[in-house]
Amino acid sequence: MAEPTVAKTTPDSPAPIPSAPAAPAKRTPERSSSMSPIAPKDFGYEQARHLLWRAGFGGTPAQIQTLASWGPQKAVDYVLDPGNAPEDKPRSDLFDKNIMREPTAEERKAQLAARQRQDEDALAKFRIDQQRRQGQDRQQIGEVQRWWLKRMIETPRPLDEKMVLFWHGHFATSYRTIENSYHMFMQNELFRRHALGNFGDLLYGIIRDPAMLKYLNNDTSRKGHANENLAREIMELFSLGIGGYSENDIKEGARALTGYTFKDDDFVFDKNNHDAGSKTILGKTGTFDGEAFVKIILEQPGVSRLITRKLYHFFCAELPPLERAGYDQLPAPQQSALRDLASTFSGSRYAIKPVLRRLFLSQHFYDPRNMNEQIKCPVELVVGAVRSLDTPVRDLSILNDALDLMGQNLLFPPSVKGWDGGRSWINTSTMFVRQNILAFLLTGKKPRGYDANASDMNYDPLPLLDELAKASPGSEKDPGAVAEYMLRLTIGDAPSAATKQLTSLADTTGGSVTKELVIGYLLLITAMPEYQLC
Amino acid sequence: MDLHNSPAFTRRKFLYGGLTLASTAWTIPAFLGSSADVMAGMLGQGLSSTPGVDDNRILVVVQLGGGNDGLNTVIPYGMDAYYKARSGIGIKQTEVLKLTEADGIGLHTRMTALKELYDNGLVSIVQGVGYPNPDRSHFKSMDIWQTAERDATGDGWLGRYVDSECCGYGKGESGKPEPAKAVEPPIAIGRTAPLALQGRSSKPVSFESAELFRWSGEDIHEALREPYHALNRRGQDGSAGSDTNADFLMRTALDAQISSDKIRKAVAQKSLVPYPGNELGRQLQMVGAMIRADLKTRVYYVTLGGFDTHAGQGGAQGRHGNLLANFADSIKAFYADLKAQGNDQRVLTMSFSEFGRRVAQNASGGTDHGTAAPMFLFGPMVRRGVIGSHPSLTDLDQGDLKYLIDFRSVYAGILEQWLQADSKKVLGATYKPVVAIRNG
Repeated sequence: MAEPTVAKTTPDSPAPIPSAPAAPAKRTPERSSSMSPIAPKDFGYEQARHLLWRAGFGGTPAQIQTLASWGPQKAVDYVLDPGNAPEDKPRSDLFDKNIMREPTAEERKAQLAARQRQDEDALAKFRIDQQRRQGQDRQQIGEVQRWWLKRMIETPRPLDEKMVLFWHGHFATSYRTIENSYHMFMQNELFRRHALGNFGDLLYGIIRDPAMLKYLNNDTSRKGHANENLAREIMELFSLGIGGYSENDIKEGARALTGYTFKDDDFVFDKNNHDAGSKTILGKTGTFDGEAFVKIILEQPGVSRLITRKLYHFFCAELPPLERAGYDQLPAPQQSALRDLASTFSGSRYAIKPVLRRLFLSQHFYDPRNMNEQIKCPVELVVGAVRSLDTPVRDLSILNDALDLMGQNLLFPPSVKGWDGGRSWINTSTMFVRQNILAFLLTGKKPRGYDANASDMNYDPLPLLDELAKASPGSEKDPGAVAEYMLRLTIGDAPSAATKQLTSLADTTGGSVTKELVIGYLLLITAMPEYQLC
Repeated sequence: MDLHNSPAFTRRKFLYGGLTLASTAWTIPAFLGSSADVMAGMLGQGLSSTPGVDDNRILVVVQLGGGNDGLNTVIPYGMDAYYKARSGIGIKQTEVLKLTEADGIGLHTRMTALKELYDNGLVSIVQGVGYPNPDRSHFKSMDIWQTAERDATGDGWLGRYVDSECCGYGKGESGKPEPAKAVEPPIAIGRTAPLALQGRSSKPVSFESAELFRWSGEDIHEALREPYHALNRRGQDGSAGSDTNADFLMRTALDAQISSDKIRKAVAQKSLVPYPGNELGRQLQMVGAMIRADLKTRVYYVTLGGFDTHAGQGGAQGRHGNLLANFADSIKAFYADLKAQGNDQRVLTMSFSEFGRRVAQNASGGTDHGTAAPMFLFGPMVRRGVIGSHPSLTDLDQGDLKYLIDFRSVYAGILEQWLQADSKKVLGATYKPVVAIRNG
């Protein structure tokens, strides 16, 4: 595969690099649970680094310094809307939409005729054609995966892509069930259109989304034989959360959604299969259709609470799932943060940006207990490494396979619940995959099972030291200073055990700071347990 | 120092100082405590099994994910209501594999391998297994089965079993570990470790394929080796009482180092019999290899997914039938392997799914989430036959089967009669054990 170019955008017209040392000051000792904005004086290298990781996929030393110099308001404005960075709209002709198209009327007729006259040859042809198209579509879903992965690596608007990842986990739909790569692509676009937009719009969009209609079997749900799958998950997972509805609400909601199906790539409301009778949903009675069902749900206060809880969990700090811990079972500072965010969300009528702005500016977000304590999902690990260390991408197929081995096969979430996340990413074997895919990015050393030839694309990590040289000329030649600087860049801290091991590597390999030594540092750092956190 | 073209160097000697760790703090994985002797044996004498040893009993759990349609697995072909409710996907009487000593009950057409095992006395079927007030959410119901609790908030039931063995405590108690009694953590084949195996102190080992089970950076430059191992063994310094994600990662990194050589060596052995190429076959083949290598692990966990057949599940042939064929063929190969090893008497296998499916098929040629379903137990030690009666197909609860046997009674039987553990301690309540083991 050809090497994709990594065109990452640094904030435009970077402010002068502050004269503050590259190694940041110690963390502020006070632990705030306040949702009030962080003071500019408390927003430094560590906070900017934290913001870049959580609201994106990490930053290079120059990006971190620039955001730090801007202060919290401008930095958060920038990550929410990177100004003149182009909003990239994917072209709709990127992928072939016809691979899995339904047979035309003529084709169906021909097939039926062949069956009637028991023409085994003709029938075999149809079968083979079907198998061929399924094979093509399997290839195309791989292309869609790599395309999205490349976008996340290259985008000048990382928060948009991170929100697409959030929605993909929230409205989880798997190719394995729907077997239509173009519909997966369309759904991915739906998430991108509403990435930082309005949750209500997205929920209305999802009941008309072919991939979702197929995944939760609503495409065959009809009057008198309602399939409850979509109605159940809309309430349980997508909007209200367990406990916010009754079994009867599900049954009635399923009736409202009957006839919501699709043809080819378009939503179709099949009036003949729709149950237009009276329903009672969440205390309201009427001849509701799917849109009315969504409207009733959006009037429930549970929506703000569930969605902001999930946003908080994704961006700020892990929370146990709702079914394990109700809101009142959470620690008090988190309860008050969640209340604050939920009220912002309902106040903005489900606009996403105000909630994220509130969170990213809050003192709570920068509470030391919330920093470097989130386990990177595999996508964050891989995309974040490429973006923050500026490594070559090397081979998107290998990166994509590694995501799968680490438990995050994009477009194939394990269930409608999405990925569990947190500690579930980590076990003794994913630990090795995580270490090994980083070794691959840094050196081209391929994971086992692939052609053993090392990639000849060399990685030059020395430009990462530019900020160190600017802040403290000469330090970039000191193995000890470089070790500390690299540790603060990669894991946000420089534990003495790690500094000691890194400098011992420098001692055994000649003692001067070379490209190879810095790669050696990075190999060791990225294999450290702490590197799994952000 | 050239990081790109260094020749690989010989791998580090196994354990690398780990043998001295057995007496340190409880944060050390149980793996370390008891396994030094095993590993020494493996390294010194190569892989060996210990045929005929039955005081070291093993449980293998097969999870059928998605909600297996029990009615089309163990088929009540003697009940008219079955055919009425399933005009499209019902299995014709002539296509059912009828079971002896089980009136009107048979297996799905594609399960010939299990029929054979049944005839050879290796299969026990517990009918109508479920729990009160059933939950039809995949996740909740799976958690209920894995925790053995109706509210599904606690640790996994097998994690609690290992805790109670190694550390003298079970549900709700705290106790001090006794390293001398430490047992091996359970092993799950798969990307994630199932909740069932998560104990308070005992954490499972899990991996998808054994070749990916080491750091490739070791081959890049020799000078990286020592710092790497130093940094990845900091977990042994312990961090008692603290359980941040960083502590968790530290412990897992240490675990990974210890398990790596041991397991790769076991799985590299060629199996004694061929296994089917499907996902479950591959997993059971690995389990068979680890049992043969005499790992002291007592609990293994494998998973076959895809049973959420809301649409187009098929009848005697088709999607559901393919899954059942994979299941049956893999189990048969597994027991052939164990028998060839001389280990079959030591290994009990249990299969379950989070729920069965509705009695009536839906408009999409599939079935929606239901309630009770049969469980299988495999091995030469089981009571051959069908336990319990088939739930009524006419006396239903809103279109769903009423369960007759609580799944925790099946667990209790396995704990008491097979693992010789105190089921009350593990399950937190007394359940009347289902007697599925001979001479139990």
